[in-house]
Amino acid sequence: MSLTNFKIWHFRGGVHPYDGKELSNQVPAQYAPLLEKYYVVLRQNIGKPPKLIVEKGQHVAKGQKIAEADGFVSAPLHAPTSGTVGDVADIPGANGPNVPAIEIIADGKDEWDTGLEPIKDWRQADITDLRHRIAEAGIVGMGGAAFPCHIKLTPPIEKIIDTLILNGAECEPYLTADHRLMLERTKAVLEGAAIAAKILNVERILLGIEDNKPDAIEALNKLADQYGVTVVPLPVRYPQGGEKQLIYALTGRCVMTGGLPMDVGCVVQNVGSCAAIYDAVAEGHPLIERYTTITGTPVVNPSTWIVRIGTPVREALGFAGGTKSHAAKLIMGGPMMGFAQMTLDVTVTKNTSGILLLSAKETGAYTSDPCIRCGRCVDNCPMHLQPGSISVMVESEHFHEAEHLNVMDCMECGVCAYVCPAKRPLVQHFRRAKSEIIAERQAAKAKAAMKHS
Amino acid sequence: MLTVLISTIVLAIVGLALGLLIGFAAKKFDVEVDPRVESVQELLPGANCGGCGYAGCADFASAIIHQNADPSNCNSVSSEALKKIGLIAGHEITVRERKVAVVFCSGSYSHTSHHEEYNGIMDCRSASLVGDGDKECHYGCLGYGSCARVCKSGAIEIRDRLAFVHPELCIGCGRCTQVCPRKLIRLVPITAKVHIYCSSLNKPLKKRASCMNPCLACKKCARTDSSAVVIQPNLLQINYSNPPAPDFPERVKCPTGVLATAEQHLKLELLPANCTCGKETKKK
Repeated sequence: MSLTNFKIWHFRGGVHPYDGKELSNQVPAQYAPLLEKYYVVLRQNIGKPPKLIVEKGQHVAKGQKIAEADGFVSAPLHAPTSGTVGDVADIPGANGPNVPAIEIIADGKDEWDTGLEPIKDWRQADITDLRHRIAEAGIVGMGGAAFPCHIKLTPPIEKIIDTLILNGAECEPYLTADHRLMLERTKAVLEGAAIAAKILNVERILLGIEDNKPDAIEALNKLADQYGVTVVPLPVRYPQGGEKQLIYALTGRCVMTGGLPMDVGCVVQNVGSCAAIYDAVAEGHPLIERYTTITGTPVVNPSTWIVRIGTPVREALGFAGGTKSHAAKLIMGGPMMGFAQMTLDVTVTKNTSGILLLSAKETGAYTSDPCIRCGRCVDNCPMHLQPGSISVMVESEHFHEAEHLNVMDCMECGVCAYVCPAKRPLVQHFRRAKSEIIAERQAAKAKAAMKHS
Repeated sequence: MLTVLISTIVLAIVGLALGLLIGFAAKKFDVEVDPRVESVQELLPGANCGGCGYAGCADFASAIIHQNADPSNCNSVSSEALKKIGLIAGHEITVRERKVAVVFCSGSYSHTSHHEEYNGIMDCRSASLVGDGDKECHYGCLGYGSCARVCKSGAIEIRDRLAFVHPELCIGCGRCTQVCPRKLIRLVPITAKVHIYCSSLNKPLKKRASCMNPCLACKKCARTDSSAVVIQPNLLQINYSNPPAPDFPERVKCPTGVLATAEQHLKLELLPANCTCGKETKKK
C-alpha cells in the first residue's frame, strides 16, 4: 500500500533518551538452552490469576495446560517443557511482592503435547473457534500490560472497530526484542495480525514502527501488501509506543480519560502478541516462550533470546555470557517503564520484553530534592497531566486531590522523572497513589456489596 | 459639648438596639447543648487522635450521647473515666482493657540478611511496591518509618531499620496498625508484658537464614508453660487472653531471644545470636 499522503500526527510531550539499541539490534535471536527447572509465576495477566489444575509429582508435556483461566479476564498457563510438577512456592515477583510460582522440573525430552490442533485454513475457520483458540493458548498483551488478548478481540457489540493497530514502535531504549521479532518472524507477525483482523472484521491494519529500525521496515514492507497491512514509520520519540500515543500518531484520534482504545474504534496489539496468535492458530502452540532482550553495558553479549516463560533471570543472564563489569541495577523491562529488581531470583513472565543491567555510571544512587516548580514534567507529560503537583499531593497523602488531578490516567511512562531536575521519584509516587486509590475503590465496592446482601 | 452629647446618645441608642437584637437572637436561635456531651468530652483524653473513628474527642462525645457509640472504642481513656462516662450516658459499659501497639518483629537491619539496596521513597508503603523492600524476610519490618510518622504520641522509634514501640508513651489509638503494609503491628492488652517478636510464617530453616532473632518454633516456651502461648504453624504467639508473668522470658530462656518483655526487646542489639540449632546466619 502506498504511503503517500499518510498523515502522521505528533503527540504532545515525550523525550528522546539515548536508546542503546545498537548493543543488541544486529544480533540474531537465539533459542535459549533447556534448563533443569522453570518457575512459572501463577499470576501473569491483568485480572484474575488462573487456577492450578496439576498436582505435585504429576508428569506434564511441553505446552500442556497447567493452570486454567478462572473467569473471563484471565489467561491459562502452559508447561514450558516436559517434566514433573514440583512445589508451588512463593518467589520474588517482578512487580514487587512475592508471588506463587509452579516449579517445573524438566525431564530433558522436551516433548510437545498441547492438545491444540493447528488450524491451517484459518481464513475459512469460524471466528468463535479462533477466539477460543487464542484464549486457550494463554496469550496476553506482550508489550508489558499483560492484558488477556482474547478480551481485546471481543469488543462489545455496540463498539464499532474500524482499525487494528499493530504496535511495533518499541520506543523503550535498549530493547530490541520486537525489532528482531519483526525482522525474523515477519510472516508470523503479519499473519497473526490478519487473523486478529479477521476476528475483529476490520479492513484497515496499521503497523506503527519507529524509523530507527529500517531493516525491519524493509522486511515488513516486502510482505505487508499480501496481508493488507500498512507499515507506517514513525519518528523516534519516547513514548511513541504508548497505546494512546500510537493511536493518536496513526489516526489522530484521542482516547478520553478513563476510556479504552475501542471507544475510538481501535484495537492495539503488540507485534509479539500477533506472532503468538499465529503460533496458537496456525501451529497449535500455546504461549510458552517469547523474545526477550538481555542487554546493558555490563552484559558480555547483549542479545535477544527466545526464552521460555518461567526462566529465572539468573540463568537468562547466563545465556548472554554473564557480566563483564559491575552492574548496579537490574531492570525487568526497559529503563523507562521497567521495574528495578532486588534479587536475581525473579523469573521471565509473558510480559518480560527485556532484562537490562545498568552500570553504576548509567544509574547510581541519588537524592531527590523538593519540587522547584520548573514545569518541565508538565511540558513533557504525554498524558497532559501535572506530575509535579500530583507528586506533592501524594507526598502529603492527599490521594483524593491526586485523583482529581487524574493520576489514574498516568501510564507510568517515566518521562516526568526523566526530565525532573530535582530527581524526584515521581513515578513511584504515582504508583503509590494508584494502589491506594484502587484499594479504596475496592473497599467501597465491598462495602456496597455488603449493604446489598 | 453638644457634639460629645449627641455622639454619646447615638452610641447608647445603637448599643441598646444591638444588645436587644443579640439578646433576642440568642433566645430565638438557641442551640441546646446537652450538658452530658460536655461532661463526657471532659472525661475523654482530648488527644483528638481519631482512633475511635470520629473526627475528634468532641465529635466522639456527641456520638456517645446521641448515636449510642460505644465509649470503649476510645483506646486511651482510663477505666475509671470509662465508668463515669457510662454513668453519664446511661450505657452499659464493658470496661475494656487498655491496649498498646506492639511491632511483632525483631529483624533490625544488622540482624537480617538483605537483597540489593533500595534507594527510592523512604516510606514503607512505597517500598512495598518496589521489590517488596530490601530485607530478605517478607514478613518482617520494612523499617522506613511509616508508622512512626503517623504516631501522634511519638511512641514509635525507628532504630537500625526496625520499629520499636515504647509502651509507656503509646495511647493505643491504632493508627500505626492501619498504615503498616506488612500488618505487623497489633494492639494487645497492656497487662501482657511478654511478647514473641516475630511474625514470619516461613519454615524455621528459612527464617534462620534470613534473620538472627526469629521464632524458630522450637516450642521451648510451650514446654515451660503451655497455657501461655498459642502454637501456629512455624510460629508461636503469646496467648493474650492469659498473658504470662513478666518473669516468663527468664524461665524460658528463648534461644533466639525473640520471647521478651518490651524492655528487653528495646535492648535488642545487645542480644547475642546464641542459638546453635540452625545453620550459620548469612550476612552480606
